[in-house]
Amino acid sequence: MNQYKLTYKPLGKSAVLIEWPSKIDEAIIQDIVAFEKNIEKNKGVLDTIIAYNSLTIKYDNEIDFDSETNRLKKLYKQKKRPKKQESKCWQIPVCYDTEFGPDLTEIAEAKKLSTEEVIQLHTAPPYLIYFLGFQPGFLYLGGLNDQIHTPRRATPRLRVAKGSVGIGGAQTGVYPQQTSGGWNIIGKSPIDFFDITKQQPCFAKAGDRIQFVSIDKETFNEIAAEEEKGNYELKFQSL
Amino acid sequence: MIKVLHPGIYNTVQDQGRFGYAKMGIPTAGFLDAYTADFGNFLLDNKESDAAVEITFGQGKFQFTRPTVFCLTGGDFSPKLDSDLIEMNRVYRAKSGAVLSFGKRNFGARTYLAVQGGIQSEVILKSRSFSKGITPVRLEKGDELKTVEQQELRETGNARVREHVDHFTSGDLTCYPGPEFDRLNDRQKQRLSEPFTLSSDNNRVGYRLNEPLENDLQPILTSSVLPGTIQLTPSGKLIVLMKDCQVSGGYPRVLQLSEYAISRLSQKMAGENVRFKMHNFNL
Repeated sequence: MNQYKLTYKPLGKSAVLIEWPSKIDEAIIQDIVAFEKNIEKNKGVLDTIIAYNSLTIKYDNEIDFDSETNRLKKLYKQKKRPKKQESKCWQIPVCYDTEFGPDLTEIAEAKKLSTEEVIQLHTAPPYLIYFLGFQPGFLYLGGLNDQIHTPRRATPRLRVAKGSVGIGGAQTGVYPQQTSGGWNIIGKSPIDFFDITKQQPCFAKAGDRIQFVSIDKETFNEIAAEEEKGNYELKFQSL
Repeated sequence: MIKVLHPGIYNTVQDQGRFGYAKMGIPTAGFLDAYTADFGNFLLDNKESDAAVEITFGQGKFQFTRPTVFCLTGGDFSPKLDSDLIEMNRVYRAKSGAVLSFGKRNFGARTYLAVQGGIQSEVILKSRSFSKGITPVRLEKGDELKTVEQQELRETGNARVREHVDHFTSGDLTCYPGPEFDRLNDRQKQRLSEPFTLSSDNNRVGYRLNEPLENDLQPILTSSVLPGTIQLTPSGKLIVLMKDCQVSGGYPRVLQLSEYAISRLSQKMAGENVRFKMHNFNL
């Protein structure tokens, strides 16, 4: 495993920001996820926040920054990671019907591809989940094929339906709630990415992967009905 | 029970916040002015974790549907129980059917209505704090807030206390360098140490400040932010993030407010002055 040179900064009196080299990198996020796992069990930690190259630890009280960072540095050096991360690759059904994906045709035309080719490029890779943010349950994904990178729309839509799958620049993702947004919408997933009735409201976590699977409208409706009843079991592969 | 007769402009149920879910992108939420809200729970002998109603700009009307022991802390908007003016920071027992309303602003921006035993709205993900996508966004007309069985009002005679008077009069906000503070040049640091005014664009997510800084900083790779993080946006305007902020952002984080300074700032209105106080502006 890599050992990175980390920097530790205070974020006020009761939080520590730990930074990795400033880049979007799979090995970095896996290192952050591993470190975060070791930290969580300690008492006095209110919250941890993961982003591309950082881990923030928020404490329930003011801390002594020097002694806390010394403790964290030791923890980082010692971290034992004999067993592999228990990460999963989730199969996310998406209906790419133009009723759900109003911008699909436009993207295909702009890229001189057929809509089928756009769908094929979008469903091909397993995407790495870097972290969750922006909205509860919103996944920052990496791995979009550069053939379908598409700039954000000049005018954001005021209403984007929950479950909409979009492309914004080099990023792709699913809107977990109805929102306003400037991404190009190419489809819709019947899956709830954020369900407060569950003990774990988000099934996915940083370090997992997701793969989009193209489904027709009939299957979309079936899955949506099952999901509504809480009966749909999301498929995944353990990595 | 407390019935919402008039919803005001943005009234919510809050407690100390929702912790342990930031990894899922869930904001902390919680009392904007934790300082005076905690004080209300203290006066009522409640638990620190009890929930209260956060009332914005003294707008809203509430009816107690049974005898209720309550107190108001925070911003003073000439509160009235039925036709009688009542005092802030004093414990009262409302009769069944009594109506709580507000009038002229004396000071502050957020008022807390705390009741004996706390507001019993639904606990979702370990907190009652209202938060978009998790609970109702805000109180609506006709909403009914549950309360616990009320005890007699204890006649202690000293139920009225005053909080720190500076809380509403001073614009000094204690802060610390943010992760990108060192990227600022001396002129930018100098400007940060001078007064700013609050814009009218201020809410539970963030407060924008009017005066821009010159800004030549590059955006950062999206990284975590906290309530109290002060971001420098590309236009040079500063945003002070408040309790409903997202968990991450891409603007340079130049300062971080102290927990107490978040409370003090949340009692300010558009046009008021604030000044960041820091030991090490490196000037």
